Amino acid sequence: MQRYSFFSLARNALSQHEGWQRAWRSPPLKPDYDVVIVGAGGHGLSTAYHLAKEHGVSNVAVIEKGWLGGGNTARNTHTIRSNYLRDVSIRFHDVSVKLYEQLSRELNYNILFSQRSMIDLIQSWGKMRDLRRRSLAMALHGPAYQLITVDELKRRIPAMGDLSDVRLPPLGGMLHPEGAMARHDAVAWSYARAADARGVEIHQHTEVTGFTFAADGAVTGVETNRGLVRARKVALATAGNTSHVIAKAGLSLPLVTRNLQAFVSEPVKPIIDVIVNCPDVGLYVMQSDKGELVIGGGTDPIPSYRQGCHFATFEDVVASLVELFPRFRNLKMLRQWGGAIEFAYDASPIISATDIPGLHVSTGWYGGFKSIPVGGLTYAHLIATGQPHPLAEAFGLDRFRGLRFLLEAGTVAQR
Amino acid sequence: MLILACPWCGERPEGEFICLGEAVQPRPLDPSALGDAEWAAYVSDRRNIRGRHDERWWHVRGCNTMFTIGRDTVTHQVFAGPQGEAAP
Repeated sequence: MQRYSFFSLARNALSQHEGWQRAWRSPPLKPDYDVVIVGAGGHGLSTAYHLAKEHGVSNVAVIEKGWLGGGNTARNTHTIRSNYLRDVSIRFHDVSVKLYEQLSRELNYNILFSQRSMIDLIQSWGKMRDLRRRSLAMALHGPAYQLITVDELKRRIPAMGDLSDVRLPPLGGMLHPEGAMARHDAVAWSYARAADARGVEIHQHTEVTGFTFAADGAVTGVETNRGLVRARKVALATAGNTSHVIAKAGLSLPLVTRNLQAFVSEPVKPIIDVIVNCPDVGLYVMQSDKGELVIGGGTDPIPSYRQGCHFATFEDVVASLVELFPRFRNLKMLRQWGGAIEFAYDASPIISATDIPGLHVSTGWYGGFKSIPVGGLTYAHLIATGQPHPLAEAFGLDRFRGLRFLLEAGTVAQR
Repeated sequence: MLILACPWCGERPEGEFICLGEAVQPRPLDPSALGDAEWAAYVSDRRNIRGRHDERWWHVRGCNTMFTIGRDTVTHQVFAGPQGEAAP
């Protein structure tokens, strides 16, 4: 792997930047691999990287029906945080934040990680009680979640308008200093490059059309639009479409797919330097390094694979935005997108083997961008050793059978 | 904005309704006769179809009727739901 540094930049500048290697190879598709990972998004690529790095499994193909990092990895709001409620969720996401903090150095790729803190605006006493409970739960595990006053809120978010007129006047806020953002494309590209350097093959435009099974029912490979690929283990990382893909193997999962939309405004000068989340009214807003305001809200309240704009939700979000930030009334919106988000029955992720030997699934990533490093780390451990990683023991599919739900509704969603 | 046909009120805007999700089979009459796997599947598994499926809606800010319609989860096109005994 060609290392990126100031010196390599300077050296390549002398040769008109024509000497750069491709970030990853495009080898021909082999008929046989140890592991086939379906889905070259953040989670699939991170899993491939950790399989090669920690477990020495490098005969791996990551196959992707579209292009690398073009699914939910490109359709989120690149927020990284660990303010969850359940012990296992807090520990899991805290590790993810810590891995993200070191990611640029580890993968030799600048992911533009910016730990600018996140503030949850509290506009009802019910939410105050709820978030103070989360604050106390988090205090047991490390990540900070501090109650701040309305005056402090105004000091940290000067862009807000006069709060005396709003329908639900803020009562305070919760400050999460670990809250961060990173460039989503760079996360996918950096993992792809690092996995490729360790021997992993990435095959884009290769869509799974079915699975093949041995006589004992174990999975033996995948059928694709480019032919049959045999594999000892198959791992799905197909955010949004997991129910659709796994139905080809005859399984159903406790998932509902919903559309989570976001939009960005025209670029303006720096005006908000934290991530603002308003769970009571279903709004979050931050400013990207380009100056665009990135605005989002809750999911559309219906099952949907639309990946588009649901106008009723859009209208709600914008109404909340202009009430709290009247000065944004005149901003023009430039782009809009929707991600197909999978919501498990208890709103926690699923990293698990399935009833079919050799077939693994990583899904239920309701806002999975923040979990890419730890999701890959734990999923790779499961695939390589057959045992769940200690951080992810609670995320198996068996929890539904034992009714051991890990309820996170309200902490993963905006409201 | 979806326009949904309530069986009692006729076509009304989406904001008057709450979507109750995918229409699932009726609750088993004798849960204790089921194994853990069947019961867990009834409680939590969903078909989560990409394409046309049947789903339940509740006209909560209207006449309070609950009913089933068909809807395509990709295009959001709405169809008439299953009728009579077939309606879950």
